[in-house]
Amino acid sequence: MSATAEAPPMRIIGHPQPRIEGRLKVTGAAHYAADHHLPGMLYAVPVGATIAKGTIAAIDARVAEQMPGVRAVLRRGSFPALAAAKPDFASVADLEGTVYVDERRPPFDDDTVRYYGQYVALAVADTLEQAKAAADAVRVTYRAEAPEVDPALTAGEMTVKSERGDPDAAFAAAPVTVDQRYGMATETHNPIELHATIAAWEGDSLTVHEATQGVVNHRNVLAAMFGIPREKVQVISRYLGSGFGGKLFPWTHSPLAAAASRQLGRPVKLVLSRPMMFHAVGQRPAITQRIRLGAERDGRLTSLRHDYVNATSLLDDYEENCGEATPHMYATPNLRVASGLAKRSIGTPTSMRGPGAVPGLYALESAMDELAIALDMDPVALRLKNEPPLDQGLGLPFSSRHFQECLTLGAERFGWARRDRRIGSMARDGLTLGWGMAACSWLAERFPCSARVELRADGTARVAAAVQDIGTGTYTIMAQMVAEALAIPLSRVEVALGDTSLPAGPVSGGSMMSASLVAPIQAAITRAGEALVALAAGNPAAPFAGAKAGALRFAEGRVAAAEGNRQAVPFDQLLRALGQEAVSGLGRAEGTFPPKEKPTHSKHSFGAHFVEVTWQPELARLRVSRVVSVIDAGRILNPLAARNQIEGSIVMGVGMALFEETDYDPRSGAPVNASLADYVVATNADAPAMEVHFIEYPDTHLNALGARGVGEIGLAGTAAAIMNAVYHATGIRVRDLPVKLEQLLG
Amino acid sequence: MQGFAFQRAADAAAAIALGAGAGTAQQGARVRFLAGGTTLIDLMKLGVETPETVVDINHLGLDGIGRAADGGLAIGATARNSDLAHHPIVLAEYPALSQAILAGASTQLRNAATTAGNLLQRTRCMYFRDPASACNKRAPGSGCPAIGGAHRMLAILGTSEHCIASNPSDMAVAMLMHDAVVHVQGVGGARQVPLDDFFLLPGDRPERENVLEPGDLITEVTLPPAEPGARSCYLKLRDRVSYEFALVSAAVSATMAEGRIVTARFALGGVGTKPWRIPAAEAILAGQAPDAALFRRAADLALAGARPQRQNGFKLELARRCLVHALTQVTA
Ligand SMILES: Cc1cc2nc3c(=O)[nH]c(=O)nc-3n(C[C@H](O)[C@H](O)[C@H](O)COP(=O)(O)OP(=O)(O)OC[C@H]3O[C@@H](n4cnc5c(N)ncnc54)[C@H](O)[C@@H]3O)c2cc1C
Repeated sequence: MSATAEAPPMRIIGHPQPRIEGRLKVTGAAHYAADHHLPGMLYAVPVGATIAKGTIAAIDARVAEQMPGVRAVLRRGSFPALAAAKPDFASVADLEGTVYVDERRPPFDDDTVRYYGQYVALAVADTLEQAKAAADAVRVTYRAEAPEVDPALTAGEMTVKSERGDPDAAFAAAPVTVDQRYGMATETHNPIELHATIAAWEGDSLTVHEATQGVVNHRNVLAAMFGIPREKVQVISRYLGSGFGGKLFPWTHSPLAAAASRQLGRPVKLVLSRPMMFHAVGQRPAITQRIRLGAERDGRLTSLRHDYVNATSLLDDYEENCGEATPHMYATPNLRVASGLAKRSIGTPTSMRGPGAVPGLYALESAMDELAIALDMDPVALRLKNEPPLDQGLGLPFSSRHFQECLTLGAERFGWARRDRRIGSMARDGLTLGWGMAACSWLAERFPCSARVELRADGTARVAAAVQDIGTGTYTIMAQMVAEALAIPLSRVEVALGDTSLPAGPVSGGSMMSASLVAPIQAAITRAGEALVALAAGNPAAPFAGAKAGALRFAEGRVAAAEGNRQAVPFDQLLRALGQEAVSGLGRAEGTFPPKEKPTHSKHSFGAHFVEVTWQPELARLRVSRVVSVIDAGRILNPLAARNQIEGSIVMGVGMALFEETDYDPRSGAPVNASLADYVVATNADAPAMEVHFIEYPDTHLNALGARGVGEIGLAGTAAAIMNAVYHATGIRVRDLPVKLEQLLG
Repeated sequence: MQGFAFQRAADAAAAIALGAGAGTAQQGARVRFLAGGTTLIDLMKLGVETPETVVDINHLGLDGIGRAADGGLAIGATARNSDLAHHPIVLAEYPALSQAILAGASTQLRNAATTAGNLLQRTRCMYFRDPASACNKRAPGSGCPAIGGAHRMLAILGTSEHCIASNPSDMAVAMLMHDAVVHVQGVGGARQVPLDDFFLLPGDRPERENVLEPGDLITEVTLPPAEPGARSCYLKLRDRVSYEFALVSAAVSATMAEGRIVTARFALGGVGTKPWRIPAAEAILAGQAPDAALFRRAADLALAGARPQRQNGFKLELARRCLVHALTQVTA
C-alpha cells in the first residue's frame, strides 16, 4: 500500500474497524423492518397476476372474504385512488425534496396487467397464515393477451449519449477491428432480506418501517401518493439485509400496505415472498450490447462505438446506462455511445449492483480482450497503451486517476508475466488454467447530505442522519469520522440513522454514501464546537471565563484559548463545568450528483482485476480459483469494510459470469425460476481466493478526506475478466452471460 | 398453505391406519406422513401438497442404522441423512452412498432429512412447484409446460409426452447401484420392493411416482453386503460447487483382478424420471480391461433411448463424461 505524503496521520480512520453494530446483528438484537410488531397489527398478502399481459375481467373474493380472520380483500376501487408520484431523477440531488420511483404507476390504478406478478388484490387478515390462505382463495379471471417476450432486443430509436470525431470513418479505415455483440440475461437482486413494509396511521400521520435504501425519498414518494405533507410521514429503516439497488426506490407494495392500514384503521405488515422478489421489485434487465473497436497495429484505438439496448417495462423507460464508463476509459479520437430501449411485458427494471457501468464494462472489457488477441498483444499492454490524458468524453481533467498503477501492480501481484498466451497451454494439478484480466471504473460523486453531531457531558458523542446502512458499514464509518475528529474512542460514538426524523440524507446508492457524509459531519462538528465555545465564553463559572468567543478555538474535541498558555479542555469536561448536558451542531453539504452545473473534473475510481479459472474439460467443470484486484478509490476509511465490499463484489461477479439468470417462460412471461434453489447465486464454495489491494491517493476534489465510495467498483469488469480467462483456458468465446457448461462442452 | 390437522401416531399400526384413509398415497394425498419435513412442508407452503392431515412418524423408533441379517446394511426409514452418511459401516463399506448424501442439499437439511423422505422427495421441475402453472403431475390432464418451456434440469430418459420431470435424489442413485430393497408395511401386511421397481415411469399417469398405496409406511431400506474389495464412488456434476441438484451424476462400483474388471455396476442420476440403471450396460464391463472407449460404450448403452429436449441435450454428453470419469477412478 502506498500512502501519500500530505495525508495527516489518523488514529481511527484508515484503520480496520469491525462493524460497530455487528454484535447486534449476530445476536438477533438488530430489528430489521419485518421484525417490528405493533399492537393490533394485521397481515397483508398480495395477489399477483398470473398472466403477463391483458386485463382483469373479474375478481371473485367471496370465498376469501368469508375465511377466518380475514378483514378485507382490497382491489381497485377499495380505497381512494393513489396519486402518481411524478418522479424526477434530477430531484435525487435535492436533499429534502427528492421524489423518485422506477415503477410510476400507483398500485391498483387500472385493470390492465402489464407483467406477471403485478398486484391485483391484497388480502388482509389477523394472521399471516390467514392472509396467505385468503390470497390463495381469491379467484381472478383475465382477458389474456400474448405478452411481449421476444428475447431479441431491438430498439426503435437509438439516443446518442456521447460522441466525438468520426467513429464510422475511423472504423472503416482501421487496420485491426473487433465488432461483437454481448448479451446479458436478466438478473434479480435477491438480497436475503425480503422487501417489507409495516405501515401505521395515527390520525393523518403515517409511520412506515420499510426495507429501503432511501428513507427520505421513500417518505416523499408516499407523501405524494397519499397527497399529504411530508412532515406527516415518517419512514424508518435502521438495518437492511441488503438491497443491491433493489430497495433504492419505492415499489408498489409499500403504498398498498399504507392504503390498507388507512382503510382498516390498524397497522398493517406486508412482507413479500421469495417468488414475489422476482415480480414487482425490479431487476437488472436483459441487455444486448454491440462494441466496435478500430485500432492501429501498435494497439492505439482509433474508433470506439458502443451501442446497447435494454429491456424495460411497457410503462416505464428504465435505461441501463451501459455507456457510463466508455467515453473516459481509453484514449480514442473517435467514439460514439448510443442507447435504446425494448419494451417488454416485464416488471419495471431498476438499479442493480453497479447499474450501467457494470454491464457496460463487461462488454467493453471483453471486446478489449478480443482486440488484444487480434493484435497479438498482451491485454495489459493494450490498456497501458491507451491511457487518456484527460476524460475525453467530458473534456475535463481527471480528479485523480491511477489506472496504470492498478494494471502494473495487479500484473505483478498476480504473476501475469508468467502467462503463456496460447489457449489451454497452462496447467496445474491436472487442471487447465485460464488467466484473464479486465479493467474497471466507477463514478465518484457525492449526494447532498446533512448530519447532526451532539457532544455530551458524559464524554460521548452522537451523530445522526437520515441515511441508511445497507450492510456496507455506514454505521461504523460515521462513528469513525466523529471519533477521529473529536479524538475520542470509537466506542464513545453513538450513531443514529435510517429515520426521516433525523437530518435529511440521501439514498444509499452509487457507492456514494461515505463520500457524501464527510463534509456534513465535519461541518456539524464545527458548528457544535462553535456552540460550545460560545457557551464557554459567556459563562463566568467556566474555565475560559472572560475570554472572547473569537479567542477560543475548538479542535480535536477540545477547547483552547488561541493565545496564552491555557490548557486545552476536552468537551465533556467543559460541558460539566458549564453545567450543560450537551451541545450540538447541524452540518450540511451540497452534492455533485446529478450535476447541477458543469463540473471542473471527471471523478472516477479505477481498478484492474486479474482472474484465474480452472477448467477440467473431461467433466466440463469450470471454477474461478483466484482473483487479484487492485482498486484506486481514494483514501480508504475502513480497510476491513472496504476489502469486504470488493470481495463481495467479486463473488457477485462470479455469479454474473457463471450463474445468475432470471428465466422467463417464453409463452407466459412468468419468471419461472423464482426461488433461491432455481435462481443460482454463488455460494461460499464458489468464492475464489481473493487478494484485494487499494492504492491510496486521497481524492480531495471530492471531500476533505479524499475518500470515494467503495462497492460497485469491485463488480465492474469482474465478469469480463472471468470470461477472458475462460477463453484463455478453453478457446471458446462465450458472449452471452451467464456462461453455461454446455457452451463449453465442445 | 392450507390448514391441516396434526397427529402424532402412537405406533406404526396407528400411522398406517390413519394413512389408509387417504384415498391415494400419490400426488393429492389427503394424509401425509411427516418425517424431516424438508420436502413436505416446503411443498405445503407452495400449495403443491394440500393434505388435510399430517401424521408425525418421527418417534416410531424407525431411526436405526445397523447390520442386516444377511450382513448387509439396514437403514431405518427415519434415520437422518447425516447420521447415515457418517455411519462407520457406510464410510467403510458403502462410500458411494456416503458421498451421494453429502453431495446433496446442505448440512442443516441433511440433519433433518430422512431415508424414506429422501426417496420420496419430489421433482424440482419449476412448473410442478408452481400451482399457478399447468402440470400433469400436480394437476393431471392440465398439460406439461416444461416441454417447450424451461427444462434444462429435467429428464432425458424415461420421459413421456406427459411429463419430463427428473427425479432429484442423490441418495437414491447410490442405493439403486447397491441393489437397495425398500421395506413397506401396509394395511395388508409387510412387503419388500427392490428400489428399481419402487419408482414408476410417468407414462400417462405422471402423478403416480411409486408403488405406495394408502397407508403404506416405509419402515426401512436394506442394502445387501457390499462386494469384498469393491471400490465405489459418487460423482455429481452441477453448475455451482455446492447446494444444487445434479445436472447429471453417477454412482459406480467395481471389483478388479489382475488389471481386469471382475464386476462393475453403476446408476445415473439427473438424467431420468427415476434413478437410472441398465444392467445390460454394466454387463459389458465384466472381464474387460478398464478403458475410456469401453466406458463410453457402456454409457451409450445406459443412455440408449434418451429423448432430450431443446435445452437439455447436453446431458447426454455430460452423463457420458461423468460415467467415464467415475469408472476410471474406481478401476484405476
Ligand atoms: C434447498 C434444498 C436443497 C436440496 N438439495 C438436494 C440435493 O442436492 N440432493 C438431494 O438428493 N436432495 C436435496 N434436497 C432434498 C432433500 O434431500 C429432501 O427434502 C429430504 O431428503 C426429504 O426428507 P424428509 O425426511 O425431510 O422428508 P419429508 O418432507 O418429511 O417427507 C417427504 C415425503 O415422504 C413421505 N414420507 C416420509 N417418510 C415416510 C415413510 N416412512 N413412509 C412413507 N412415506 C413417508 C412424506 O409423507 C412426504 O410425502 C434438497 C432440499 C432442499 C429443501
